Amino acid sequence: MSIDLKPVPHATPESQSYWNGVAEGRLRLQRCSQCGLVRHYPQLVCTKCYSVAVEWIDASGRGTIHSWTVAHHAFHPAFKADLPYTLVTIDLEEGPRALGRLDLASQSKLHIGMAVQVSFPANDQGVKLPMFTAMV
Amino acid sequence: MMSLKGKGAITGIGETAYERASPFSAFELQIQASLAAISDAGLDPKDIDGIIPIGITGAPAEAFVMNFGIPDLRFSALAPLGGASGIAAVQCAVAAISAGLCNHVLIPAGRNVSSGARAGVRIHQMPQFHQVTEYELPQGAIAPAQLYAPMARHHMELYGTTSRHFAEIAVGIREHALLNDNALMKKPITIEDHQNSRMIADPFRLFDCSLESDGGAALVVSSAERARDMRQPRVVILGSGEGHPDSPSSITQRPDMTRLGIAKAAPRVFEMAGVTHADIDVAEIYDCFTYIVLCQLEDMGFCKKGEGGPFVEDGKLRLGGSLPTNTHGGLLSQAHMLGMNHIVELVRQLRGQGGRAQVDGAEIGLVTGYGDMGDGAMAIMARG
Repeated sequence: MSIDLKPVPHATPESQSYWNGVAEGRLRLQRCSQCGLVRHYPQLVCTKCYSVAVEWIDASGRGTIHSWTVAHHAFHPAFKADLPYTLVTIDLEEGPRALGRLDLASQSKLHIGMAVQVSFPANDQGVKLPMFTAMV
Repeated sequence: MMSLKGKGAITGIGETAYERASPFSAFELQIQASLAAISDAGLDPKDIDGIIPIGITGAPAEAFVMNFGIPDLRFSALAPLGGASGIAAVQCAVAAISAGLCNHVLIPAGRNVSSGARAGVRIHQMPQFHQVTEYELPQGAIAPAQLYAPMARHHMELYGTTSRHFAEIAVGIREHALLNDNALMKKPITIEDHQNSRMIADPFRLFDCSLESDGGAALVVSSAERARDMRQPRVVILGSGEGHPDSPSSITQRPDMTRLGIAKAAPRVFEMAGVTHADIDVAEIYDCFTYIVLCQLEDMGFCKKGEGGPFVEDGKLRLGGSLPTNTHGGLLSQAHMLGMNHIVELVRQLRGQGGRAQVDGAEIGLVTGYGDMGDGAMAIMARG
């Protein structure tokens, strides 16, 4: 990792469609073409039926807070300016979980089960990543 | 079915001094600890015919063959479970010895990390972290403290576990470190000190986090039969097991974030050993973070899921309590030796070599390991 810049995502053949979606502001998830199981993070094989056939769906982007942590220490210098920032784990409507930042305005209401909506704003290096916001 | 119960023994233990910014390389620390363990067992390095090296930065078996002039290495393996590697390696060694593949297995670990890249950077070079590295690292989920914190937060929200419960674990283990001359932490701490320590990754404060340190630790495993005639009081491995959590490469995707790999291993280990929780006189529980101790206590069945906070609250983990835990000071206050120091300490306790931290009459004890994203391993050992 460079000491100056935030690490950037490196797409793999399995995840390229996910990151293409992020670039377009869409949360895309893998769905098994054979049995329909939706999975995340992207991986080669369906854990239920072992098929490698996959299609990509546009998720609703809605989910609920499952857990979180608030970073008060920068383990990488490029994140110092972001402190404190909140990382949340989200139970997505489609089943799998996602990890993202929680937007500042939503932090005072934070609790398990809080309904959130994803968006993909660019960070200070122009990299788009998932950000969750409390739904009103 | 063949069982490994009582088949193996830890016949040699060795440790270097633990320190920060050690002048020795990881390999030299590994060699120092290995020579100490082999000598402790009353063996010569050329008696070693099996090697399971520990740690991603450690040297391969060949390096020991070269440097010790080992004439006939008959068994080598890797047990890459992060901080659970040591116990997984012990189990692997007992299996190999029981099958007649070899006689004396060396399990050497060495690390020099405190002056190099910190854990937060190092882990992302490991293949088992590739999903975290791709999806979570760019968002600022970098270090183990941040990856594990949502497990602890979920537990707190679900069960009412508090930071003061975590503090009790840190304070008790620190007390034990003060009895150990080879511990990095030299000053007592109070619950209030813990509560006032700076927040790192909420809910983890500084005193919830283990140390980064340098050193070496090594074990020699032999057959329980052979161990009768060896130099040290015999410590027999009654039961062992490893367990991998659901979604082992991503904590985020784990359906029940409060259940670690050890939850799967523990029933098997107790059954193999033929002992119950009440039989355990001393416990050395992997403590990369305070919460991980609490969660393992639940996962091993010492209390129900969610009751870990009240379970530890009365000080039962302290010397003199009903389950004295981390009598050496653990990763939190002795040194981060990948849990190898936990195995060494359990052997000392069961030999009656525990020094000022000796648990009176310790006959049966357990040791756990926790690695990477929640891999678990556990062993139950007994004296005699």
